[in-house]
Amino acid sequence: MKKFFSILLTLFIPLSFTNASKAAGHMEAEVIHWWTSGGEQAAISQFAKAWEDMGNTWIDTAITGGENARGTTVNRIIGGNPPTAAQFNISKQFVDLVEQGQLQSLEEVASAEGWRDFIYPKALIETCEFEGEFYCVPVNIHSSQWMWINKEVFAKAGVAEPNTIQEFINVAPAIQDAGFIPLALGGQPWQESLMFDVVLSSTLGRDYSRQVYGDKDVSAFRDGRYELALQTFRDLNKFVDEGAPGRLWNEATAMVVEGKAAVQIMGDWARGEFAVAGKVAKEDYNCVIPGEEKYVGLGGDVFVFPKSSDPKVKEVQLKMASMMVNPTVQANFNNAKGSLPMRLDVDTSAADACMTMGLELIKNPDALLKDSDDYNSPAFVNAWDDVLTEFRNDSGYSVADAMDDLENVLTSGL
Amino acid sequence: MFLKKNIGAKIALLPMIIISLTVFVGCIIYSFIYSLTNSKLIPVFNYVGFDQYERLFKTRKWDVAVENIFIYGFVFTIGCLVIGFLLAVLIDQKIRAESLFRTIFLYPYAMSFVVTGLVWKWVLNPTFGIEHSMHLWGFTWFELDWLVNRDLAIYAVCIAAVWQGAGFVMILMLAGLRGIDEDIWKSLSIEGVPKWKSYIFVILPMIRPMVITSLVLIAAGVVKVYDLILALTSGGPGYSTTTPAMYVMENFFSRANLGQAFAASIIMFISVVCILAPWAYYEFYFRNREAKA
Repeated sequence: MKKFFSILLTLFIPLSFTNASKAAGHMEAEVIHWWTSGGEQAAISQFAKAWEDMGNTWIDTAITGGENARGTTVNRIIGGNPPTAAQFNISKQFVDLVEQGQLQSLEEVASAEGWRDFIYPKALIETCEFEGEFYCVPVNIHSSQWMWINKEVFAKAGVAEPNTIQEFINVAPAIQDAGFIPLALGGQPWQESLMFDVVLSSTLGRDYSRQVYGDKDVSAFRDGRYELALQTFRDLNKFVDEGAPGRLWNEATAMVVEGKAAVQIMGDWARGEFAVAGKVAKEDYNCVIPGEEKYVGLGGDVFVFPKSSDPKVKEVQLKMASMMVNPTVQANFNNAKGSLPMRLDVDTSAADACMTMGLELIKNPDALLKDSDDYNSPAFVNAWDDVLTEFRNDSGYSVADAMDDLENVLTSGL
Repeated sequence: MFLKKNIGAKIALLPMIIISLTVFVGCIIYSFIYSLTNSKLIPVFNYVGFDQYERLFKTRKWDVAVENIFIYGFVFTIGCLVIGFLLAVLIDQKIRAESLFRTIFLYPYAMSFVVTGLVWKWVLNPTFGIEHSMHLWGFTWFELDWLVNRDLAIYAVCIAAVWQGAGFVMILMLAGLRGIDEDIWKSLSIEGVPKWKSYIFVILPMIRPMVITSLVLIAAGVVKVYDLILALTSGGPGYSTTTPAMYVMENFFSRANLGQAFAASIIMFISVVCILAPWAYYEFYFRNREAKA
């Protein structure tokens, strides 16, 4: 009986929302996103607050996990009941929706406000622009090319902090002898492939990364350098503890925070875990972008606005898009999120030492790195990750076999 | 003539028949049609023939998934039936505190697969589960790394699943055992048949309906196993514990590869039909005729 009522309740909750929206005169917007952790909630509520300060209503539909949230968005679009706005990553995840004419063009407000002039880096425009029109709003930038270092562990082991992956491999045995886990890794496919991509870009550079992932150049892929990166990736395996499979990224970060492990290779969102634990950048922990040349990737989030049969919805959507790029809103949002803003004229005085490093790097166009998912479909990226995760976990999977399987993906047309 | 017989019951069944036809059969046809397209994020009719099936059979991950479902299906069904039957027999020995034991053995079944998965994830995790405790107690030679060993991880999944399902089988079997007439036991003991022989050769055939019921219920759980593995290993290490159902879900949602997901689900459907059809034919049609004859 209880279950029956709860089903009844879930049936009527959406109804009560739609009724309310018809009764009220002001603008209402339902936003689907997957920002559910503490820091993330603080960030999205900056958007909600700005929206409500304009006299509007914000209906928050937070769904745990990016995949689930994106799945819900797509299902609701197909089902004819789209949300006002929905979160996606800076990637090719929503290209299909644009091509099928499911998204609202934001060109009116984009050209009126001159988005093309202030959005920085310009690569973000490429993500959102299809046939000369804007279809998404980039809201923040996250980079994944970071090595998080517990300074105390290195001091105890008596070795220097590394600046490159090779330097780390050289000192890791000493860390192991001192009784620490050299490398904290969460054994999930996306974390493993993130680590591999850092190895790839930091040792082989940005142009090579583009040749393989962007141009899908088989001869560049086969010229021996990719094998080298795979071998380095396998070498790093020796320094990972056996409990890695299935571990979440923040559990791995916690190992570094607590001084059980020396290093984690993870995106800049790991900084939040150090901050929550009361650790100070450059004093308790260090952040390094490994490699002779430093690159930062352009990961991050965008919002898209599904088309609606109701003409009033378009007005709401354009207004919200304009609000999201507003410099003040951008400053509040990104300071809460710990990410970099998508324009340069934003107040970032609250940034810590590590974030400042990212801010400096991003100003240099030569340091900007495009990740595989900036070029490729989710199907391609995941098929690629499948090979990498098997390669890391199965020591019987040879480099040559992995190269063959990767080439299959590369030429599959996914 | 055919229609008039039990007309009331047939009218009552009509809604269910309509739902089955439109929802199940309709969706299967829909899935098949769209498995012939290269649909990505949303279903688009863009005919590509059997490309999706070709790609599916070339994918190493799919091979692993199919292999896993056979290992899991075999170990899980046999494990549940054997352990469930043994537990039922043991409890049937008129033991003290029977209801306490019954509750203990049935309890795991009351838990969801997600909870079962998480519990076993912690128990089997080498860095803080049983292995870790044994090391702390000084037994440093002790090793229990099934969950992180890609060759054994699928058996770790089976252990968790059997732990959950065996109690349920026990209850069904026990109900069967309790239905056995006292006189049969008396005559068996007069004949001097050993107890284990009586159970296997006399009692087991007599509770055949219970065995079949358990088998059907367990087998239905095999094909759709998803949440247990997701909670326990998320398909890892690598993708060594992935299953066909997980492959389908992944392609549906995170990979935005609908065509591939449809193709994989059609193959799943065909294999289930291939396995179940001969058996169902035997069980429901052939035996019916036997009984009538």
